[in-house]
Amino acid sequence: MRKTLAWIMGAGSFLGLASSTLANGWNMPAGVTDVSREIYSLHMTIFWICVVIGIVVFGVMFYSLFRYRRSRGAKSANFHENTSVEVVWTAVPLLILVGMALPATATLKRMYDASEADLDVMVTGQQWRWHYEYLGENVSFTSSLSTPRSQINGEEEKGENYLLDVDQPLVLPVGRKVRFLMTSDDVIHSWWVPDLAVKQDSIPGFVNENWVRIEEPGIYRGQCAELCGKDHAFMPVVVRALEGDEFDSWLAERRKEAEAEASGVDREWSMDELMERGEQVYGAICATCHQPDGSGAEPTFPALAGNEALLNDRDRHIDVVLNGVSGTPMAAFRSNLNPVELAAVITYERNAWGNESGDVVQPSEIQALLEQ
Amino acid sequence: MASNLPPKPTLEHSTTTSGGLAHEHHERPRGMLRWLLTTNHKEIGTLYLIFSLTMFFIGGIFALVVRAELFQPGLQLVQPEFFNQMTTMHGLIMVFGAVMPAFVGLANWMVPLQVGAPDMALPRLNNFSFWLLPVAFTLLLSTLLMPGGGPNFGWTFYAPLSTTYAPPSTTFFILSLHMAGISSILGAINIIATILNLRAPGMRLMDMPLFVWTWLITAFLLIAVMPILAGVITMMLMDINFGTSFFNAAGGGDPVLFQHLFWFFGHPEVYIMILPAFGIVSAIIPTFARKPLFGYASMVYATASIAILSFLVWAHHMFVVGLPLVAELFFMFTTMLIAVPTGVKVFNWIATLFQGSITFETAMLFALAFVVLFSIGGFSGLMLAIAPADFQYHDTYFVVAHFHYVLVPGAIFAIMAGVYYWLPKWTGHYPDERLGRWHFWMSVIGVNLTFFPMHFSGLAGMPRRIPDYALQFADFNMVSSVGALMFGVSQLLFVWGVIKCVRGGEKAPAKAWEGAEDLEWSVPSPAPLHTFDTPPDFKPVTH
Ligand code: HEM
Ligand SMILES: [Cu+2]
Repeated sequence: MRKTLAWIMGAGSFLGLASSTLANGWNMPAGVTDVSREIYSLHMTIFWICVVIGIVVFGVMFYSLFRYRRSRGAKSANFHENTSVEVVWTAVPLLILVGMALPATATLKRMYDASEADLDVMVTGQQWRWHYEYLGENVSFTSSLSTPRSQINGEEEKGENYLLDVDQPLVLPVGRKVRFLMTSDDVIHSWWVPDLAVKQDSIPGFVNENWVRIEEPGIYRGQCAELCGKDHAFMPVVVRALEGDEFDSWLAERRKEAEAEASGVDREWSMDELMERGEQVYGAICATCHQPDGSGAEPTFPALAGNEALLNDRDRHIDVVLNGVSGTPMAAFRSNLNPVELAAVITYERNAWGNESGDVVQPSEIQALLEQ
Repeated sequence: MASNLPPKPTLEHSTTTSGGLAHEHHERPRGMLRWLLTTNHKEIGTLYLIFSLTMFFIGGIFALVVRAELFQPGLQLVQPEFFNQMTTMHGLIMVFGAVMPAFVGLANWMVPLQVGAPDMALPRLNNFSFWLLPVAFTLLLSTLLMPGGGPNFGWTFYAPLSTTYAPPSTTFFILSLHMAGISSILGAINIIATILNLRAPGMRLMDMPLFVWTWLITAFLLIAVMPILAGVITMMLMDINFGTSFFNAAGGGDPVLFQHLFWFFGHPEVYIMILPAFGIVSAIIPTFARKPLFGYASMVYATASIAILSFLVWAHHMFVVGLPLVAELFFMFTTMLIAVPTGVKVFNWIATLFQGSITFETAMLFALAFVVLFSIGGFSGLMLAIAPADFQYHDTYFVVAHFHYVLVPGAIFAIMAGVYYWLPKWTGHYPDERLGRWHFWMSVIGVNLTFFPMHFSGLAGMPRRIPDYALQFADFNMVSSVGALMFGVSQLLFVWGVIKCVRGGEKAPAKAWEGAEDLEWSVPSPAPLHTFDTPPDFKPVTH
């Protein structure tokens, strides 16, 4: 028994030591919104309730184990019932739980009130990146992991925000109520930023609501929380919160860029221009499944390099990229990419990695198809 | 501590009741055929236990692959595709191949002995239920070698990741799960039939040992929910192969329906994996505290209420899928409520210890560790029940910590406690206490090193089911991986202890433990192949 005690004390001091040496967080962050702080305080309350119950219950248990050992000559009593004690230990936990349920209910009600938002953002999960659309603002973009492969494979030292960096963060205003509409193009994902206490599944065929009112400018990082296939670990969420006026000018800037891009649809693009643009799009969107060199991963993801069936049928190629292939992981990209991007990536796929079809697909042609 | 153990009861105690011994009736097949054709509950029980132990090691190796990859940030040993197959197979094998068959094996051995029956009520069915399992799991494991790999969508196999986006081998996964499910249902029917029909004369329901009671209730749960699992995987099968769209949104289907169906099976399933453990612990603690179980009746009622409530809490696994507010509130309240009967059980065990005369045999050590560590899992369960907070906990390592605490030092420790407790009855020899204590302490330390840090990595924001993680989670993961290796290796001590006990050791009398009361201790040790051919004289003990 003495050994047991020594062990328990040893373990305790180990944990104490560990807690002081671990510089990084090991508790839920309190976060930067009202809701996140309420959740944090619920979490701490229920935690301390558990600690107190634990101390009492394990205290009685270890006392009994120590005091009533046969080796100390303990003789066993013979009682095996006591109604009043049993009523007490059923009723007291019940009361504690009611006490806990009340504030939890209040918080949940607040979390569910997504009305009167100042800004609506559509969040679409895709294997394996996030697509954001500022509804009514004509601004949308895709946000993918920007940590280089070489860091993941250990060929290069891992950066500070390893696996938590994206090419284009979601930019949000501070102090305004932002409503998220979550959906998915393929499997179920879950959009999660701990500091904002927003975690919501994005589900194909459903639109879920959630909302946030961020209080401090800053960069907040999170990850996809629902297993969504191969690169589930590699679809981070990054939110950049800006002061209201900075946000407004950022949004105006992005709107202008979008308009410029839209005007590109009407002009004739050269092969080189399309190839260059197509390579970017391919790398950001298609390469996770079809591989950077177009070799695919049979049987699920067909190879594109040297794919005769595809090269011989230009119309089918366009159709597959625009509309997806139902019953397979191949998604429809018609609403996620703009006509320039679509035309560029199809041109790229038909001319890269030894595919020498020589075909050029013009944005105007795609535009016409989309309008049909 | 060795010197603190009391002397074992002497062999003179080994008086057995009238029905204790029976004679061989007929020539039995030998060699492999004997095991293939056996209808004897003890032999089938042994088969189940050996099968379960085999699966425990296979599932354990998969877990060690996962932990090895997670030892450091970055991808070192395996690629994400294979990593996902390892987490999925680990979960499936441990749940359906290790924990459930272990409990069925213990039921096969002990339920007839504890109710004074000569065998299970349906012996041939019993043989069939067992032999389905090796076939099912061979098939399941073989999917790892198929093109596209094995199941990679998690043990909860959410659609459409497990349908439209699944590897081609998924159809085999469905078939093997169907077989395992049929095995469970048949096993459950057999257990119910045995308990309700073959009890010794004079044994009323409220005289039954708690292991029998918890298994009776578990068997009803199994019959209620395994068909739901069968239904949901059949819908998957249709979506994959016959063009239906139950779960395919593009065809008008509903991916959330999958989760409702899965968890309507899945939540009772987690209780299927813990109720028999409650029964085992309720046998061991009174034995080594030398005092009757406190609150027998309230234990039975608590088990029954947990079973009933377990049908009303399923959506606590779905707090972030976008349920309406009233549904969230309903499932939050019911989930919190289930903690009450769970608490009652823990309090009863502790009241049994109070003013007892306690010794610390290996079986008791595991049972006591069960009480403490299962409670820790209960505490985190209570935290997870708080729906607003679950928005932060859900799908993180905090959940992984929770269910491993209730399942590893919970269910699995109880199984090991049961094995150490009943080994003298099975083999006629006591297990080696020194070896048992080594196994115990290594396991306790290993389990806590593995799973305690997961609470922290989860709260700090680490999602579950990822092969690579951000740098702030590195320390916790390293500790977990070291602990997992330690836990895994120490299970070799368990195997060694069991083999040693089968081969020899200090001889055990019929009543191997001084404080043990139930009927199984009235037949000789080792229990002969046939027992209770004539029903025993049953005298109710004080419950
Ligand atoms: C006091 C009793 C318990 C409560 C209140 C409770 C509550 C919960 C809650 C709310 C979750 C969902 C967490 C999430 O996904 O966000 C959960 C998950 C889980 N619980 Fe419990 N639990 C309890 C006891 C148990 C027991 C006894 C077992 C099994 C022996 C168990 C096994 C599991 C498993 C396997 C999961 C996770 C399944 C998965 O997502 O893979 N729990 N529990
Ligand atoms: Cu549950």
